[in-house]
Amino acid sequence: MSSGFPVSDDLVIAGRRFGSRLFLGTGKFPSNGALRAAIDASGTEMVTVALRRIDPSAEGDILAALPERVLLLTNTSGALDAGEAVRLARLARAAGLPEWIKLEVTPDPRYLLPDPVETLEAAEELCRDGFTVLPFCPADPVLCKRLEEVGCATVMPLGSWIGSNQGLRTRAALEIIVEQATVPVVVDAGIGAPSHATEAMELGADAVLVNTAIGTAGDPASMGRAFRLAVQAGRAGRLAGLPAPGATAAASSPLTGFLSSLRS
Amino acid sequence: MTSTPILLESRPDRPPEGTAAADVVSVDVARLRAVAAAATGADVDRVLRSPHVDLAGFAALLSDAAAARLEDLAQAAHRITRARFGSTVRLFAPLYLSNECVSTCTYCGYSAGNDIRRRTLTLDEVRAEAVELHRRGFRHILLVAGEHARIVSRDYLEACVRTAAPLFPQVGVEVQVWDTDTYRRLVAAGCDGVIVFQESYNRDTYESVHLKGKKRNYAWRLAAPDRAAEAGMRRLGIGALLGLHPDWRAEAIALAAHAQALIRRWWRCEVQISLPRLRPAAGGYEPAEPVGDAAFVQLLCALRIALPGVGVSLSTREVPSLRDALVPLGVTTMSAGSHTEPGGYAEDSDAEPQFEISDRRSPAEVAAVLRAAGYDPVWKDWQRV
Repeated sequence: MSSGFPVSDDLVIAGRRFGSRLFLGTGKFPSNGALRAAIDASGTEMVTVALRRIDPSAEGDILAALPERVLLLTNTSGALDAGEAVRLARLARAAGLPEWIKLEVTPDPRYLLPDPVETLEAAEELCRDGFTVLPFCPADPVLCKRLEEVGCATVMPLGSWIGSNQGLRTRAALEIIVEQATVPVVVDAGIGAPSHATEAMELGADAVLVNTAIGTAGDPASMGRAFRLAVQAGRAGRLAGLPAPGATAAASSPLTGFLSSLRS
Repeated sequence: MTSTPILLESRPDRPPEGTAAADVVSVDVARLRAVAAAATGADVDRVLRSPHVDLAGFAALLSDAAAARLEDLAQAAHRITRARFGSTVRLFAPLYLSNECVSTCTYCGYSAGNDIRRRTLTLDEVRAEAVELHRRGFRHILLVAGEHARIVSRDYLEACVRTAAPLFPQVGVEVQVWDTDTYRRLVAAGCDGVIVFQESYNRDTYESVHLKGKKRNYAWRLAAPDRAAEAGMRRLGIGALLGLHPDWRAEAIALAAHAQALIRRWWRCEVQISLPRLRPAAGGYEPAEPVGDAAFVQLLCALRIALPGVGVSLSTREVPSLRDALVPLGVTTMSAGSHTEPGGYAEDSDAEPQFEISDRRSPAEVAAVLRAAGYDPVWKDWQRV
């Protein structure tokens, strides 16, 4: 920036500042130790854990792997419908977990696609109930606006199917969602390589959530670091003002510049 | 969900229309079996490169040509398992409630004619077993019983589920097949999954080993997962008892067809496959055609490639070295430290086990081996709401 003033580029969600725009999921890691190393290397400040995995009564529970500096975003993975998602969120609250909920309503256990109807219904109820709701949703621009309207703190449209590593198959819809959003847009699911994360940030996403690509990497900590850099690069590129791609070459020195001199 | 009327009174010879069971019956297993017999190396290549594998592709993966490419199958299965399930293995324990049985099944230690020590746990004993399993770390359990509708009645099963549910976020049952209403009662009590092995999908083989009892009705059993799903069960476990039918490839084709049909009909349910191989048991049954280790591995890899999101469960029937080696190839769920006789966790039991255990390691030992191999043993992966 040329103003000379240090400008914060923190992400703000529901009044809370995040220095990192990379959120991390906690499934599929080979151990709590590997998870912790990836959290540290990625620099993430928000980590999502499925309530179904949490067992405070067990030794070595997954929560033990989380450093204090990260915000725990409990998710409702496994919920078939709005009622189940709402009950899971309330169980999390009753267990003393933060009231930040990643809303997941995925009735199909194979592609884990979010149910738009049930997600909206659950989001409305949880927002009314005082939760900070970050809904995982289809990349549907209208649905994202509806989720905003009921009070969600972000929208989290999918790049492609959870765990598919297919990248931004929904790119055209994501561009519309970013263009219209008044809350942060977090691209969640499908980001399978650091370059996908960069692409999401370049197209204007405010953050990305990554799990499988890091959790199943040969070296999760190194992959966490790679994503940290990729997100920073994409964000910096976006802020710097990306030139629009053209279909043909565009000369640096225009060929019609002479016309102005002829006029004078 | 659509409601499929399946009545207890009317146990037809064919499964009702509109069920996964009817879909399985309509599959031309012989034609697919011929695909397996004729498949060439080039066919196997094509399947391995294909993003979606249909039943014909699955059959090709069972072929001799594919057996010659076992390492390629294993590499593909490993990649898919890693992407879909990560480096995690869910652990569960069976809790045997009763070895009473009125069915005569030639291969089973519990078979009605066998002169064995029979026992049915009281609810207090069920509670004691459950407490002990919880202490050992388990949060997912499977209640197992022989088929005796009077002693192991629906009231008894419902009470057992209610006894276990407060301790375990996930409770499944592997018991005789029931009607939809009974499954509904079990769901309401806190049960969320059923396991029903068809034992053999080949009707002739099925009838030749199930001599007496309600279990003789092939179609009624085949449609049990449909009834369970209709009743609200979320997890449907199926399996074939490998070794009963002499042609394991034909059995595998029908098993995969059943999984695929259940996924299509009951798209909200999680479908899981078990691959039990026949073990020595009381009664002295000898498998018609034991499935060898290489064929077993080929089958596991083929299932993982054709049905990438379907969980595969492996019991303590298998020896430790094989169990450990199969995890990277597609096993996603394991039992550990199992007792297959009623009682036996909280204190010693002299009741007859259903089959002999080959992996006698404790749950903690199995978990330690998984961790050493780079896997996270997951004890809790569900939350009842």
